[in-house]
Amino acid sequence: MMMLLGRRASTGRADGSGQLSRRRVRAIVRKEFREYRRKGTIVYGMVIFPIIFLIQPLVSVFALGSSAASQLANRHELLYLLGIPALVPATLAGYAVVGERQQGTLEPVLTTPIRRGEFLLGKALACFVPSVAIAYAVFALFVALVELFAQPGVAPALLQGSDVIAQLVFTPLLAGWSIWIGIAISTRASEVRVAQQLGLLANLPSVAVTTLIAVGVIHASLAIAIGGVVLLLVLNRLGWRLTSAMFDRERLITGS
Amino acid sequence: MTGQGGTAALSVRGLSKRFGDRVAFQDVSFEVGHGEVFGFLGPNGAGKTTTVRTLGTLIAPTSGSATVAGVPLTPENGVEIRRRISIMPETPGLYMRLTVAENLECYADLYEVPDPRDRIERALRSVKLTDRAGDTCGSLSKGLRQRVALARALLPDPQVLFLDEPTAGLDPVAARDVHELIEALRQGGVTIFLTTHRLEEAERLCDRVAILNTTLRTVGRPDELRDRLFTSALTVQTVAPLPDPGGVFTGLPGVDGWRSDGPTGYVVAVSDRIAAAPAVTRALVTAGADVLSISETRHSLEDVYLELVSEDEEARRT
Repeated sequence: MMMLLGRRASTGRADGSGQLSRRRVRAIVRKEFREYRRKGTIVYGMVIFPIIFLIQPLVSVFALGSSAASQLANRHELLYLLGIPALVPATLAGYAVVGERQQGTLEPVLTTPIRRGEFLLGKALACFVPSVAIAYAVFALFVALVELFAQPGVAPALLQGSDVIAQLVFTPLLAGWSIWIGIAISTRASEVRVAQQLGLLANLPSVAVTTLIAVGVIHASLAIAIGGVVLLLVLNRLGWRLTSAMFDRERLITGS
Repeated sequence: MTGQGGTAALSVRGLSKRFGDRVAFQDVSFEVGHGEVFGFLGPNGAGKTTTVRTLGTLIAPTSGSATVAGVPLTPENGVEIRRRISIMPETPGLYMRLTVAENLECYADLYEVPDPRDRIERALRSVKLTDRAGDTCGSLSKGLRQRVALARALLPDPQVLFLDEPTAGLDPVAARDVHELIEALRQGGVTIFLTTHRLEEAERLCDRVAILNTTLRTVGRPDELRDRLFTSALTVQTVAPLPDPGGVFTGLPGVDGWRSDGPTGYVVAVSDRIAAAPAVTRALVTAGADVLSISETRHSLEDVYLELVSEDEEARRT
């Protein structure tokens, strides 16, 4: 995540500038992980999208006979799974700020010496780590199931090296973008549910693009891949800056 | 009022905060000395919490200046000020699914306190919650949650501790526990800025109080405020009405005037109660009165508060 943000995160305004404290960032991350462990609905929310995204490609892959394996050379079924890192973090990120505000836990945190950047980075990392871990785990499960149960010839045709690399590279980039958009919405939303729904909505374009590539409507190429990486790096950087700019202590505390 | 190098723990000059057209507080000036317990009183919507939030760098003042724990209140100094103070908001704002110890661990890291384990133990000991460290905050009563919030505020060893309505909604026993904690902190030399609705609480705990009603109405020691607003008086009760009360009370040393208070009661305004009380007693005995009681009329901080707030109400009406 830090890599996505540049060498030193700075939010430009008085409260956000200066060296970020790893200890304070870690405190936020650890607190979030403890809350995840004890709140079942968070875990269900993280699991439900991957299951939805796993079923469809598995069904279509298992339905393929050995003779149809050649068709897969022009398709990138694996990329369909990139919907997971785009959507899983959206619900977590949507909760990040407005959830604390509704619980009444935001004000005490903001009375500590924590900087805006530390708070946001802690929140973002707490969304990023489980989202990326789940996305990779689901991908590994998908690969394992295809290797074990697909018709002969399907697995080697499906598991193209370039698609595996794309999966590994784009998963953190899409998750990062989804998180910054989600947190940015969360800083302005008045309700958790609204923030989560808007976050999901905002990530539909990412899902649409990966799906169109997966089904071959957009022709995947190295140039598109490099362009996608650069675009997402820029969007992650912009997302961080945008979220920092939108995080206004006074408005969050007073609601005015 | 000052100490520790001659600077006040809190120094506020002409501070104002507006939200659009609405004035939260205006032209507020006061100083709080090191180790002082300073009460900040006022009706709902008077701007008490907004003042605390402003001094705690959560919101920016519209105008005026302040120094908090020796640091000028500017946007650039927000982190430094928050390092030196702690604020206990009106609602504890604890993470309910986390244990007491986990809540405090989180805040020990946010304050970057050295040796957090020891600091957490000390904070829990001071609020008498050591045996509840492993309980989730959601399982605690309101009073206990308030104590956890106080322990959290003590973690950084703050130079100035802001307590915003620390006993709001607590039952008398829980409120008494919080009072004892504040007393202990005062004895430990912590500067405390206490906002409260409970006037008896302010009277009991605070060295000085300020009464805010959007503008600052008065600042001083509770007894000073009483003397400033009310004249000293003696209340006399006799068995039967005095035949000539004017003849008894007029001209006595330290006596400024008198009025009847019921058929057998008299309120004697005095400028010097030490001189007046024995003189009034002697005069009553000389007049052959059967005296039931002579007592000093005590005005409470509540009287001062109500007097000032009702003045504001009247001014608004006219």
